[in-house]
Amino acid sequence: MAEAWAFIARRRGGIRADWTDWVTYGYLMLGVVVMLAPVLWVVLSSFKSEGNLMEFPPTLWPEAVKTVSVKGYARALPLYRVTMPDGQEATLAQVRRVGIEAQMVNPARPDAGLLTVPVESATPIRRFHLGTENYEKLLTSAGGRIWSSIYNTVFITVVATVITLVMNSMAAFALSKYKFRGSDTALLAILATLMVPATIVLVPIYLIVSELGLVNSLWGVILPVISTPTGVFLLRQYMLTIPDELLEAARMDHASEWRIFWRLVLPLATPALAVVAIFSIMSRWNDFLLPLVILNKPEVYTLQLALAGYSDENGIQYGMLLAMTTLTALPLALGFIFLQRYITTGIASTGIK
Amino acid sequence: MASLTIEKLSKTFGAVDVIREANLEIADGEFVVFVGPSGCGKSTLLRLIAGLEEVSSGDIRIDGVSVVRRAAADRGVAMVFQSYALYPHMTVRENLSFGLENVRMPRAEIAKRVDHAAKLLRIDPYLDRKPRQLSGGQRQRVAIGRAITRDPKIFLFDEPLSNLDAELRVLMRLEISRLHNRLGNTMIYVTHDQVEAMTMADRIVVLRAGVIEQVGAPLELYNAPRNKFVAGFIGSPRMNFIPGRITRVGGTDFDLDCDGLGAVTLPLGGRALSAGQFVSFGVRPEDMLLAADGANAWRFKVDVIEQHGSSTYLHCSAPSGEVLLHVPGQSTQREGEQVIARPAPGRWHLFGSDEQRIVEKRA
Repeated sequence: MAEAWAFIARRRGGIRADWTDWVTYGYLMLGVVVMLAPVLWVVLSSFKSEGNLMEFPPTLWPEAVKTVSVKGYARALPLYRVTMPDGQEATLAQVRRVGIEAQMVNPARPDAGLLTVPVESATPIRRFHLGTENYEKLLTSAGGRIWSSIYNTVFITVVATVITLVMNSMAAFALSKYKFRGSDTALLAILATLMVPATIVLVPIYLIVSELGLVNSLWGVILPVISTPTGVFLLRQYMLTIPDELLEAARMDHASEWRIFWRLVLPLATPALAVVAIFSIMSRWNDFLLPLVILNKPEVYTLQLALAGYSDENGIQYGMLLAMTTLTALPLALGFIFLQRYITTGIASTGIK
Repeated sequence: MASLTIEKLSKTFGAVDVIREANLEIADGEFVVFVGPSGCGKSTLLRLIAGLEEVSSGDIRIDGVSVVRRAAADRGVAMVFQSYALYPHMTVRENLSFGLENVRMPRAEIAKRVDHAAKLLRIDPYLDRKPRQLSGGQRQRVAIGRAITRDPKIFLFDEPLSNLDAELRVLMRLEISRLHNRLGNTMIYVTHDQVEAMTMADRIVVLRAGVIEQVGAPLELYNAPRNKFVAGFIGSPRMNFIPGRITRVGGTDFDLDCDGLGAVTLPLGGRALSAGQFVSFGVRPEDMLLAADGANAWRFKVDVIEQHGSSTYLHCSAPSGEVLLHVPGQSTQREGEQVIARPAPGRWHLFGSDEQRIVEKRA
């Protein structure tokens, strides 16, 4: 903890804070606010009830009106602070509201009867309340369709990432460690595909996928983009730094090329593999366009498609949308928090800054 | 039993000849050192033997069997790399056993061999460490150990000590020599350091620009270098070369006029010389003897004196360049003084304009 603080409170050069430190920290804080505020807003709002969400002005924290159970009333009554005509303040429970007047009861003395007060003299007593109803509704509604979306997304992400890693690293191994005619051309051709925008190949991809009969199949989303030019390039650059002598030593140690790849090159390329994996997981998890084109049935929807389903011509279901956004972003955020060290060192060591 | 024969071996990289028609015989159990300046092809020659480079033409035979078509792993050789090439993600034990696992050797046998190699090199306390947790010398030992576990016919060392500090280098030099005595395998060792070559080798192979210049025992090379290159390369500090001209050739002696230093009369020793011939006079620093009088001797001006305690180096200037004198004991000369010196009888060489040594013939 002390170490962390020492890192956070690090200053330029000497012991005293320089004006550049203030500027730097100010700039960084601004960055934190700009980046983090919308995320926090989404997360906090996902715990708000429907009424709380629609309120104006909005509240920062999810809040609910405090309730009390009063003898003689079946349901809990909301509490209000009421300014009485004589100027005194009292805490009353609202029984019902009629127009601009509300009927209240004193929770301490319910036998005293109902009081009629004008609405504008009563303010609800609020308390912090984490409402989980959005989540409950999300996870149970539509026969638990959300679970199949989660499964689909996880399946696509995991399988596609594993295949991507294997394919890309094999290509990178060949391009970095073997000298063969046309290896440079092959690399250039792979890199050249970076210049083709994904949207342009979307229709051809759909045609191929549909020819293969993979429309509405998760494989139809997985297969088209399992090898990525950036991944190949990144891994190749990293593998170039693995000394050839190591491979030669392994060859003299009776290791087959396949074994060299699995036992030597892959373990040594872990930082680069981690980077490629993270990029792959991120893009697969957040991918929208390709699944949108290829997956048309609700049972094969990914999370992103299901998310889009909450805003339609009938309006936007904010509560569900917010809860689902939080749920969808959570795995990636957690991943980043725990793998941050690998990500930064990996990116730094692969030379793509 | 492992002898090695290299016959008319050539290697070209594109248009560059790296090895030109090399011929070499290495007997079983010999410790042979390839030495030469950087870029002379000594490492390439080793890699050709190891099977890490493809042969352009010629033949390599181990125990009389041609191996040029064989993969590196199947040649029965083991190599210790300059960078050690230890697998960084494996422990020392895994490093040692990796090659044996690849040939599906039984576990008990692997354990026995690893144990043996580790004991031999005293790395048994570090068997479960990763290479980066070891010092340079320990890594070096692991690299040698990996070669030992494979029980090869021939050990190949590619400048194995160049990454160590001077003190450790001397220690490891000794250790490798001991290892050779104990194992008795054929070993080929590449270095650019002629001291390593002199101290370790049974025979030295001197290479220059892909050509084997001379092969011989260390002292043979030291005392009778075939040409000016070998003479200059073997021995530290290097041999002095003084350009001169033969002014007179008599029946038993000849006069040599060295540039700006004056003439001396030296015994002919049956050398084929002719008057007017330009030669290079070569003499090692320790073979220049200080003299009291100037007869038949040269005068040099002392520029710098290096006292080593047991001996003294006098850096002198001659019109043709620097001349180094190595005198025993602690010299009383001062910088700027003149010294008189003459070559020790029989301890000097003449090199012709083709750089070959002009050999003496016993009558």
